[in-house]
Amino acid sequence: MTEATATERTLVLEAHEISKRFGEREALKRVSLEAARGELVAIIGPNGAGKTTLLSILAGIQRADGGSVSRPPGEIGWVPQQAAVYSKLTVAENLRLFARLEKRPDVEETVERMLAQTGLEQRRDDPVSQLSGGNKQRVNIAIGLLSAPDVLLLDEPSAALDPRQRERLWEFIRELAARGTTVIYSTHNVHEVERHAGQVVVLADGELLFAGTPRELEQIAGAPDLDFEEAFVAFLRQRGH
Amino acid sequence: MRWLLLKDLQILRRSPLLVALLVLYPIVIAVLIGFAISRGPEKPRVAFLNEVPPSASVLELNGQKIDVSQYGKEIFSRIDPVPVQSEQEAIDKVKSGDVLGALIIPADLTQKLQAGTGPANVRVYYNAEDPVKARFVQDTIKSEVQDANTALTKQFTKIALNYLDLISKGGNISIFGKSFSVLGLAKAEAIVNAAQAGLPPNDPLRAQLGQVANFARLARDNLDLSNGVLAAVGTPIRADAKIINGGTTPLDAFAVAIAVTVSLMFVTLLLASGILALEREENAFLRLVRGLVSRTGLLIEKMGLAALCAIVVSLVMLAGIALFVSLEWGRFPLWLVALVFGGLGFGALGVAIGGITREVRAASLLAFMLALPMAFLALVPSGAVSSGLYNVIKVVSALFPFKPTLDALNSALNRSGSIGLPLLHLAILTVAFGVIARLSLRRFA
Repeated sequence: MTEATATERTLVLEAHEISKRFGEREALKRVSLEAARGELVAIIGPNGAGKTTLLSILAGIQRADGGSVSRPPGEIGWVPQQAAVYSKLTVAENLRLFARLEKRPDVEETVERMLAQTGLEQRRDDPVSQLSGGNKQRVNIAIGLLSAPDVLLLDEPSAALDPRQRERLWEFIRELAARGTTVIYSTHNVHEVERHAGQVVVLADGELLFAGTPRELEQIAGAPDLDFEEAFVAFLRQRGH
Repeated sequence: MRWLLLKDLQILRRSPLLVALLVLYPIVIAVLIGFAISRGPEKPRVAFLNEVPPSASVLELNGQKIDVSQYGKEIFSRIDPVPVQSEQEAIDKVKSGDVLGALIIPADLTQKLQAGTGPANVRVYYNAEDPVKARFVQDTIKSEVQDANTALTKQFTKIALNYLDLISKGGNISIFGKSFSVLGLAKAEAIVNAAQAGLPPNDPLRAQLGQVANFARLARDNLDLSNGVLAAVGTPIRADAKIINGGTTPLDAFAVAIAVTVSLMFVTLLLASGILALEREENAFLRLVRGLVSRTGLLIEKMGLAALCAIVVSLVMLAGIALFVSLEWGRFPLWLVALVFGGLGFGALGVAIGGITREVRAASLLAFMLALPMAFLALVPSGAVSSGLYNVIKVVSALFPFKPTLDALNSALNRSGSIGLPLLHLAILTVAFGVIARLSLRRFA
C-alpha cells in the first residue's frame, strides 16, 4: 500500500502486531492490519494460515497474546462462517431477539430497517429453517449489522453458497461498503478477492506476507500473464509456502 | 437474559412433539418405578436370633409334639438369615444397613405357646429411613409369621375341638399334672333328666344336684380356657415391630415423592442439557457471549428455564395425583421449595452435561444414561446388597441430585425427616455442577 493512499483514507480499524500462540504453535506472528471507512478488506491464505484466528481476535472472541486493536469488540460487527441464527424462529423474531440483546433503542424500527436492507421483508414471518442458504446468510449478516457498526467482520461469508446466491450476497456486501461500512472478510475464493476487495491481506503460517491491492499482489508476484489465482499461488511459492 | 428465556420458550412452543415426550416419558418411567418399588429383593437379608434353647424347642400340644425349629427352616427358605449372637448385634446390623431387618425369637416363645392362654410375641426390628425397605420388611416378616401361625393354628384348633368334645361327652383331662374327671354335657343331661323324673316334689337329692353343680362349674372353667385358646387360634404368634431409625412414611406417599422426583429429573436434565447444546448447534453461542450475555448468565438462564418447566410439570403431576392420593396442600410452600432446589440441582447437572457433550443428541443420550442409574441407585435399600457395596452406592448417590431431591420432597410431602439437610446438599451440588458447566464452556464453541 502506498503512503499516499494511506493518508487519503480514513482509518477505522488498526490492529498492531497481533500475536497468538496455541501451545507450541504460533498461530499469528505480529500481524498488523489497517482498514479504511467503506473499504472491503479480504484476508486470504492457505488452510491454517491464521485467517479465522485473526478475525476472532478482532471480534473479541479470542484474546491475543500480544498486540493491540484500535476498537473494542463492541464496536465491531461479527458474522460467523455458519449462520448463527435460530432455525425455529422466524426471520423477524431472530432480528428482534438480537436487537433486544443488543439493547437497540427502537427494536421494531431496527428490525424493519434490517429487513429492508437485506431484502427479506417478504420472508419476515418464515422460519429461518425454510430459507435458502443465501437468505440464511443474509439474516446472519443482518444480525451482525444490528448495532450499525463501522466495521463488519465476515468469516468466509460465501462458503457453501451456489454461484447465484454468492452473487446476490456480494451485491449486498458491496452496498454495505458503499454506505460506509468497512467490511473485513476471510475467504478461500481468490476470484472473490480479485472482484470485490479493495485491499488484500495474505497470511501464511501465521505470518503477514502481504497487504495491498489485488493489482499490487499480481505485480509483486511478477507474473503478468497469469490470472489472479495463479499469481497468488506463485506468490506463496516465492515466499516458501 | 429474559429475551433469551422468551426465545427458548418460543422454540419449545414450536416443538410440540419434544414437549409431549418430555412430559409423558418421565410420567411413564415414574409409574414403572412406582410399580417396581412395590417389590423388594427376592431373599432379603434378615438378622436372626433364636433365643429358645434347643431343649425347649419342642412344643407339646394336646399330646402332639411340634418342633418349632421346623418352622424356622421354612422361614429361612424365603429370607437370607444372618445369624447373630445377641439382640444388640441384630440392632447394630439393622442400623448399619447390613441387613434389611432383624427377627428375634424370645426364649419364652414355646412356653407361651404351650400355655395357650394368649399369643406369644416375636420381636422385629427394621430401619424405616427408606419406606420401601420398611414396607418390604414388614410384609416379609408378616408373611412368615402368618405362615407359622397357620401351621400352629391347626394344632390349636385340634385342642379346641378336643375341649369341646370333652365338654360334650365327658372324660379325663390333665391340667398342671393333676387329672380331673369331666362329666360331660350328655351325662349331665341324663342325670338331671333322671333326677327330675325320679324325684318327688321337694325331695332334696343333694348329692346328684351337687354333681350337676360341679359339672356346671367345671364346664364354665373349660369354656374360659377355650376362650384363651380360641383367642390364640387366630394369632398364636405376634410380631412386636420396632423402628430403629426414620419416620413412618406410607409406601404410597413415598411413591408419590419418587414419581415427582423422577419427572423433575427427566424434564430438567433433558431440557437443560438440550437447550444449552442447541446454542452451539445453532452456532449462536459465540454470538451471544460476545458481549450480549455472559457465559454464567447463559448457564443460569438455561438452568432456570429447565427448572421452571420441570416444576410446572411436577406441580401438574401432583395435582393429578391428589385426585387419587391425599396430599397435604397446606404444605405447598415446602413442596415448592423442595421442587425449586431439586430443579436447580438437576438443572446444574443438565447444563454440565450439555456443556461437556456440546451436541443435543449426545447430551440427551448422556442425560438418559445418567438419569436411570442415578434413580435406581438412590432406591437400593440397605441390606439388599453387601454392606461395602451399599456404602459405595450411598457415596455415588450423594454425588447426584436425585437422592437429596427425593429426601426433600419426601419431607415436604410426607413430613419424613428434616428438609434442611437435603436442601443444603442440593445447594452444594448446584454450585458444584454449575462450576463444572462453567468450566466446560471454555471449550464449548
